[in-house]
Amino acid sequence: MEVFLQQLVNGITLGGVYALVALGYTMVYGIIQLINFAHGEIFAAGGYMGVILISWMVAQGYPPFVCLGVALVLAMGYCALLAMAVEKLVYKPLRSSSRLSVLLSALGMSIFLQNGLMLTQGVYDRAYPGEMVQGGFEIGGAVVSYMQVVIVGITVVLLVGLNFLVFKTRIGKAMRATAQDKTMSALVGINSSRIISLTFAIGAALACAAGIMVGMYYGSVRYDMGFVLGVKAFSAAVLGGIGNITGAMLGGLLIGMIEVFAAGYISSEYKDVFAFIILIGVLYFMPTGIMGENVDDTRV
Amino acid sequence: MREPILELKNVSAAYGRIKAIKDISLVVYPGEVVSIIGANGAGKSTTLMSISGVLPLTGGEIYYDGARIDGIAADLLPARGLCQVPEGRRIFPRLTVEENLDMGAFFRKDKAGIAHDMNRVFQLFPILLERRRQHGGTLSGGEQQMLAMGRALMSRPRLLLLDEPSLGLAPLIVQQIFRIIREINEADGVTVVLVEQNANLALQASTRGYVLETGNVVMEDEAGALLANPDIRKAYLGE
Repeated sequence: MEVFLQQLVNGITLGGVYALVALGYTMVYGIIQLINFAHGEIFAAGGYMGVILISWMVAQGYPPFVCLGVALVLAMGYCALLAMAVEKLVYKPLRSSSRLSVLLSALGMSIFLQNGLMLTQGVYDRAYPGEMVQGGFEIGGAVVSYMQVVIVGITVVLLVGLNFLVFKTRIGKAMRATAQDKTMSALVGINSSRIISLTFAIGAALACAAGIMVGMYYGSVRYDMGFVLGVKAFSAAVLGGIGNITGAMLGGLLIGMIEVFAAGYISSEYKDVFAFIILIGVLYFMPTGIMGENVDDTRV
Repeated sequence: MREPILELKNVSAAYGRIKAIKDISLVVYPGEVVSIIGANGAGKSTTLMSISGVLPLTGGEIYYDGARIDGIAADLLPARGLCQVPEGRRIFPRLTVEENLDMGAFFRKDKAGIAHDMNRVFQLFPILLERRRQHGGTLSGGEQQMLAMGRALMSRPRLLLLDEPSLGLAPLIVQQIFRIIREINEADGVTVVLVEQNANLALQASTRGYVLETGNVVMEDEAGALLANPDIRKAYLGE
């Protein structure tokens, strides 16, 4: 029971982070049917920008929450701009090419960004300042660290904010309209290029926040951290039904839970394997995912 | 002579290498209802898509409200009062009726005006008020046509392009749609370009008409004269 509770807490923490990254895959797929392989690298870039900003601010003696808050906002802005630049320079010129061309350029962009990180930041792990958030409390034998509380709190705020943006605001309506019919959205006056750019920016900002939180949670970042996490988050998006926003959130949470429970009850050596087993299983048995086609309401 | 609100001069457009319309010239004056009739594949929808800026021209010029508009991005035209209800209605299927209508007013910022216009649309099409929280994709064909027209009206158009508004609808619904077309033309002064396969219906609602055949304008006249023309009656009115 204690192990179960403990893994539940860990699973929620990790699953929320996967959900944040999965949203970027699913939103971009929803609007231009592209699997944006470079998305994992945006996540890693966010983790690095976070560690750079936080280390500097901690060294200046600012209180931890100020460091975290400011770093989150600045790094999310940076990643949004980075993703918009990638979209404009690499994907947009290929808008009328075959989907395979865009997919390949996304793969290339992933390699480019990862190598860029390696060249500028080095090949070794970079540690997050350890004294950021310390301590914790106990519920029913499970230890909940304050760090986990902070991470889950930030995740919830971001997910609720995104839901509000997509389903309640006018710009969110325009995003969904563009995803559903680009010609018609042009006929009502929506500039689809701008909407696509915005979609990339939002997805990147969420991934960036995830990168920073993963860095804080595990204590360090590395230039290639985007790859495995990217595939897991992509699995989460597929599990939820690619293109479906609520699905990506659910899928992320599920993948996080499954990974953590598999690590706790089976073997931590194999924890990464389960995300991929799920990916293969979902693609084979229910390619539209758990919230795909049948449940239309929350598709973008 | 009045200034035309819309003028096409020798317009050509193509899908890839296939020429869809060739050297089309037509004029529409403010307050008119002009119909474009012709068989399937004559280039009627292509003409409208060219006017709306969705399909690039391969030749010719388009003037709207005195200014040249060919080459201008499609999404800039609704704010200038040029609006299209395309073939197949193209409702956003997973937006609600209300959201679809709001998207029609996307470029507008006047909240009060938008709310006023939405009420007006609900008055014209009461069924939409009943269905306002339903997804557009769940509506019947007739309701979708009403929603598509309502969405177009939300932009306060001065020139409305309607592509096959009667397609696939029951006769009673068609009558209702055409009554509304007449109403927005007469009461709101909206100029209408009407593309129809149902030539009889279209010409009866129009002031003038153009006949398209394989991408060319083959005839233009007052609607009444076209209705009386034996060739037209034979080719398009089923006699």
